[in-house]
Amino acid sequence: MSQTPVIDKIRKVGPSSAVAMQVRHVSKYYKTTTGSVHALEDINLEFTPGDFTCILGPSGCGKTTLLWGLSGLHELTSGEVTMNGTPVRGPRPEIGMIFQEANLLPWRNLQKNIEFPFEIKKIDPKPYRARIADLLDEVGLAGFETKFPRELSGGMQQRASIVRCLSYDPELILMDEPFGALDAFTRDEMNLLIQKIWMETGKTIIFVTHNVTEAIFLANKVVVLTPRPGRVAHIFDIDLPRPRTIEQTYTPEFIKLVLEIKATILHGSSPAR
Amino acid sequence: MADQLRDTIPTFDSKAADENDTVSISNWSALTSGNFAKSGSEILAIILVAVAVIGGLEIWVRARNVKTYILPRPSAVGSALFHHFDDLFWPHVKVTLFELGVGYAFGAVIGILLAAVITQVPFVEKIITPYILLLVTTPMMALVPLLQLKYGFTSTPRIIPVALASGPMVMINSATGFRRTDLAKIALARSYGASTLQIFRKVRFPLALPMIIVGLMVGAIFGVLTAVGAEMVSGKDGLGNQIIYWQTFSKYNYVWSIITILALIGILIYVIFYQIGKRWASWQA
Repeated sequence: MSQTPVIDKIRKVGPSSAVAMQVRHVSKYYKTTTGSVHALEDINLEFTPGDFTCILGPSGCGKTTLLWGLSGLHELTSGEVTMNGTPVRGPRPEIGMIFQEANLLPWRNLQKNIEFPFEIKKIDPKPYRARIADLLDEVGLAGFETKFPRELSGGMQQRASIVRCLSYDPELILMDEPFGALDAFTRDEMNLLIQKIWMETGKTIIFVTHNVTEAIFLANKVVVLTPRPGRVAHIFDIDLPRPRTIEQTYTPEFIKLVLEIKATILHGSSPAR
Repeated sequence: MADQLRDTIPTFDSKAADENDTVSISNWSALTSGNFAKSGSEILAIILVAVAVIGGLEIWVRARNVKTYILPRPSAVGSALFHHFDDLFWPHVKVTLFELGVGYAFGAVIGILLAAVITQVPFVEKIITPYILLLVTTPMMALVPLLQLKYGFTSTPRIIPVALASGPMVMINSATGFRRTDLAKIALARSYGASTLQIFRKVRFPLALPMIIVGLMVGAIFGVLTAVGAEMVSGKDGLGNQIIYWQTFSKYNYVWSIITILALIGILIYVIFYQIGKRWASWQA
């Protein structure tokens, strides 16, 4: 394991500028064969640089739709998403995305998969190779560079996709239920890893999940959405000390938060205080 | 670590028993288990069985006094191949391979291009599909006499049916491959700002490649069938023509020599595409 925190190397490659993503009056309707589906209604959010925000809600509340809208991969029906003051109208190089599945290309080995973004962006990966090696070391994948995805476990694949995302140093990372398909133990392990990476790099992370414990464990802010159409029910500030541990998720104050958030999801509005 | 991993996780170069493990020609591990003949004893067993089969056939033909027009002695076929390969057979092998090569090159290139176009533009697919079905279901050899009227005793009336027979096979399989879109992977490429062309080159084409290789193999085999059939009907040379020719002289050991050569060409095609598949498509087998 490398003793130098990854953050130093990242700062060397690209200085991070001030990131602020703003979401104003965003709504989304889907057209389907049976008519129009109202997925999101009047979402207003602000993400301050270096914040770790979790978007939490029941299945079908439009949280993935919202995230894809933030990334510029999906069009929104109305409203505006701006990043660093300019509207997001398509994929942006400052945004990195981590998907529900690791989404590695099965015909490429690990190293080639991690260099895939560089190929698309037509950037020479050579100056980044040392950084990629450090990141691989950080997530425990050093020595697996020539392995193909099918030779790796689900957790290893998702760790590789995290490296792929961090490799080109995006300012903002959007994560779409990245650990939903993993078993509970691997999920804990991945949550610890994400917390570590976030604490070291200070990236702005927006993380979509339907797991209340995961959301509280990771986030500074938990945005709870109502069932369809998705509206912001309440935003919880999570002030638990860091680094958080898995044991902490069983403490009374943590469980109190879990219950409070679950009640909000159930009633679809801010909790009575 | 690598060895540990190999024990626990199914890898692409050994036979994997997952839900994709169906027996088909697109599953490259279906016909061989990983590497061919690992040890000396395996090779010895393979040779012994081959000797027993061919030798048994020889003994059976001699003992039962089988008529040569039913089956000549394997030794007579072998001897004909050995003594006359250069003067009697090789010139015609070259003719057949030339027709196959030219016709197949046209068919395969057009087939892959058409597959790429129709899967991107569904409207074109609707227009083209009836004609492709027509080409697949009609025996192309039926065209040979007509083509001969126009082109005479040249190789053209044989090359055109080869292209028409192999092209649709390549196209149908390639189109199946191109339709295998993985939206998550396309979204991934798009999130890096990939253009339509980049998505095609870096995602859709590699994803389709295993099926394209299958199509190329099936197309090549259909090409051989059509080339030989066309030679039987038209022209003055080629392996198909020579089968008919030697039959009229009752030289059945020559006929069987040519059949053996054709079988070897077929096996060669399979081996070539097997190797290509192993190199470029092993990630899914």
